[in-house]
Amino acid sequence: MTGKSMIAMALFLTVSLSGLVLSLSHSEIPSAAAQSSISHSERPVIDQLNQQFRQHYSERELEPARLANSLTVARRLSLGLMGTIPSLEDVRTLESLPEEERIAWWLEQVLQDRRSADYLAERFARSFVGTEDGPFLVYRRRRFVTWLSDQLHANQPYDQIVCSLISDTGLWTDSPAVNFITVTNDVNDDDQPDAERLAARTTRAFLGVRLDCVQCHDDNLDGKWVQQDFHQLAAFFCEAESSLLGIRDKENAEYRYKYLHATDEQLVEPAVPFGADLLDQVRQSQPGNRRQLLAKWVTHQDNQPFARLMVNRIWALLFGRPLVEPIDSVPLNGPFPPGLELLAADFAQHGYDVRRLIRVIALSDVFQRDSQADNASELMEEQWALFPLSRLRPEQVSGSVVQASSLKTIDAESHILVKLIRAGEKNEFIKRYGDAGEDEYTNRPGTIPQRLLMMNGKLVQERTKDDLLFNASTRIARLSKNNQTCVEAAFLTTLTRRPSADELAYFMNRLETSDQSRSQVLEDLFWVLLNSTEFSWNH
Amino acid sequence: MKTEKYTCGQLDHVHRRTLLKGLGLAGISWLTPLAQALAQQDEHSKQQRPKSVILLWMDGGPSQLETFDPQPNHAIAAGTEAISTAAKGVLLAQGMGQLAEEMQDVALVRSVVSKEGDHERAMYNVRTGYRPDPTLVHPSLGAILCHQLPVGATEIPRHISILPGGSPSRGGYLGDEFDAFKTYDPQHGLPDMKARVDDDRQQQRTKDLDILEHTFASNRLAKLEETRTLHMHTIRNAQRMMTSEQLAAFDLSQVPEREKTPFGDTEFGRGCLAAARLTEVGVRCVEVTLSGWDSHVNNHGIHDGLKKVLDPAFAALIRYLRDRDQLRNTLVLCGGEFGRTPHMNPAGGRDHWPHGFSVALAGGNVVGGQAMGGSHADGRKVKFDEGIPIENIHATILDSLGVQANLELQTPIGRPIKLSEGKIITGLMQT
Repeated sequence: MTGKSMIAMALFLTVSLSGLVLSLSHSEIPSAAAQSSISHSERPVIDQLNQQFRQHYSERELEPARLANSLTVARRLSLGLMGTIPSLEDVRTLESLPEEERIAWWLEQVLQDRRSADYLAERFARSFVGTEDGPFLVYRRRRFVTWLSDQLHANQPYDQIVCSLISDTGLWTDSPAVNFITVTNDVNDDDQPDAERLAARTTRAFLGVRLDCVQCHDDNLDGKWVQQDFHQLAAFFCEAESSLLGIRDKENAEYRYKYLHATDEQLVEPAVPFGADLLDQVRQSQPGNRRQLLAKWVTHQDNQPFARLMVNRIWALLFGRPLVEPIDSVPLNGPFPPGLELLAADFAQHGYDVRRLIRVIALSDVFQRDSQADNASELMEEQWALFPLSRLRPEQVSGSVVQASSLKTIDAESHILVKLIRAGEKNEFIKRYGDAGEDEYTNRPGTIPQRLLMMNGKLVQERTKDDLLFNASTRIARLSKNNQTCVEAAFLTTLTRRPSADELAYFMNRLETSDQSRSQVLEDLFWVLLNSTEFSWNH
Repeated sequence: MKTEKYTCGQLDHVHRRTLLKGLGLAGISWLTPLAQALAQQDEHSKQQRPKSVILLWMDGGPSQLETFDPQPNHAIAAGTEAISTAAKGVLLAQGMGQLAEEMQDVALVRSVVSKEGDHERAMYNVRTGYRPDPTLVHPSLGAILCHQLPVGATEIPRHISILPGGSPSRGGYLGDEFDAFKTYDPQHGLPDMKARVDDDRQQQRTKDLDILEHTFASNRLAKLEETRTLHMHTIRNAQRMMTSEQLAAFDLSQVPEREKTPFGDTEFGRGCLAAARLTEVGVRCVEVTLSGWDSHVNNHGIHDGLKKVLDPAFAALIRYLRDRDQLRNTLVLCGGEFGRTPHMNPAGGRDHWPHGFSVALAGGNVVGGQAMGGSHADGRKVKFDEGIPIENIHATILDSLGVQANLELQTPIGRPIKLSEGKIITGLMQT
């Protein structure tokens, strides 16, 4: 086959496929088994969660917003767990199901999708190891993220993942979890893991305690922490040693530190800042080296701060805003917002099953509340009676633009060429849009360069221009039966919703009266949709 | 066991929720307007202060020994020779011949120290004057200057990064609007500045947004656009910028060849010329990046190549500004995230070295023709307390532009944050 005829064939195939998607028919109806895959054991805790929030609203005399429709919730799930939006193909499949089954079914699709593990792994990695390149050779961030993604995809219990991070030994290539340790190797000094940075990371990333505040001086802001608390925890990491054989534990290593106002350095024995009894219990039942002990203590079922922080993280991923702010500082003794203790206990009792935790939150009423209400107010939003608006992160925006240009889902099954082109485009876009760095949750307005990039940038231009092979806008223009399906398909592809009556009338009129070609009007419509507030914000 | 600090605990205590909430709602910077007023007044009263900063960012960390701090005839030179300069007694490494002729306007600080040896962390440290802190993103020097100094008649971004490397300069807690605006080789014009369709179509597109914005705003917060998203406001500002005549500063196609040639036919050279033109229309801080200095292998070869780009561009920039009487108004700073090890590794490379590296300063109020501080010819580390910490360079530059370096900005909950924790270096600037 010549190159030309191959392109013609590809064109024919893609166009035919688009036609299928556009014309509402679909070959793959979800099976009943898939639909009912939600475990019934989750129902009671979801009910309790709903009850806690109902009480929370009533104590504040708040009338919560109604539940959002299933497409809105599906969009939230895709953005929060995969960093992209549902394709038109996904929407068609969803709509073939009864309304009440759609969200649970879609949630399972997302959880099983490799894109979800990849996305979550990258987001978690930002909290675990940051975004830096780290020490040359002994730190492999890419390898670390892939490992984390594999763990999440296999739904490994979260406590096991964290145990590996804190206490694994071996080479950064063969035992990727040790990159948690090697990222702190001090290249200026002795090329050894930095116990202080590890202590700071451990408390922030896994316990939601900002113990590093007392690294240099006792807490001077009404807190109870003292410098010793930090350095005693750091002492757990002093045995970690880096060599050509990777990370191992050197017996009898000592941690010494000169405290503020002290005259001499002193030997610091390992101790935990809270839950000392639990540590004793762990020491007796599961003896091990210092890092192993710490790992068992951190992830112990009775160490509630560990579960609470993960609940806060998953909540933040789904809602775009953590339940407790800032995300890595959860009070040890409360007061806790509604839901937190319930979810943390359920998470610990069910073997730190991350997917279960996601399901419980995602299937609750509080997640499915609408972000619009007649009586919408700041207070309602603050108290979770209204789904909070949050600005999308750069990778969510680029993921959404790329997906919105295709009628079919772009995932692991997509043609390698399509994936490669899209990955390149996304990286370039994220660089320009401004990466949000570590795990940041802010509600700042967007910036001028972001708007310029969306209005005039290459990605939006490339993905909306008249291009029958690659772009949804062109295919919709050519293949839609009439102007109404045309406008509807454009809205569903970009905003995951149908146009309002006013919007439909307005854009149908543009199609009917414009002296431009139909493809051009659709290109303009896509530009408008992608440049709307609605597209750039989670809602 | 180390006893050095990792994070200064102070900032950790800032109540982030309140802080960010304040930011989100205000949409514009929330920090003391008094500072701005004072700075404005200062600018009017002292015409002698520089108004802009051009940062020549040597991405990857250049070797001090092959650039601003040669040690000829010592083992650590590893064969690199030195040349004399227009400033008596101040040597530069071979290959810096054009800059050598301008040394009367250049000061070198040769004992800069930091505690960061990882690229990303060190870039953060050198750009912001603070070490990375998980609770807070500090603003870079350019962001602080834009925040503290008046806007004037500038319609285009006042903080610009030409050829940005991996870690862009950010506005941090001052707000994303102070992030550096990223641009690339000036030969290709400003990115994303032209609409992709003709005026009529573009106007129609903008008009068509109204109906979508109307739908989105219904049944939401009463002042969604004003207090939260600022979406259309930002679009309008972006459109104003697209039509600004000041953009011409970036367009080198109209610049005569004789002005362009001295900068060298490189993207970095063109970036330097564009930077000079941008400061003339009121841009506060332009960062121009020259990448590739991370010479773990073949250090000398890499440096020889990059000096051929840096030397003409840096020297031409000083001459260009001087010829237009703009050198006093423009402070030029050249440096990277750290220096490189005095001892060569087996691959003929030099590794990361934050223990005594060099920064060059020119123009503005800089007392040129001098080299401050020294590194050790035997390759020893400059001890932290005998070197010049990077934050002192920050404090000195802020002070030089009339910004009170140790100014404490008040957050909404009354926590103080200093613009810089550094001390002003005496003798570096004319007072």
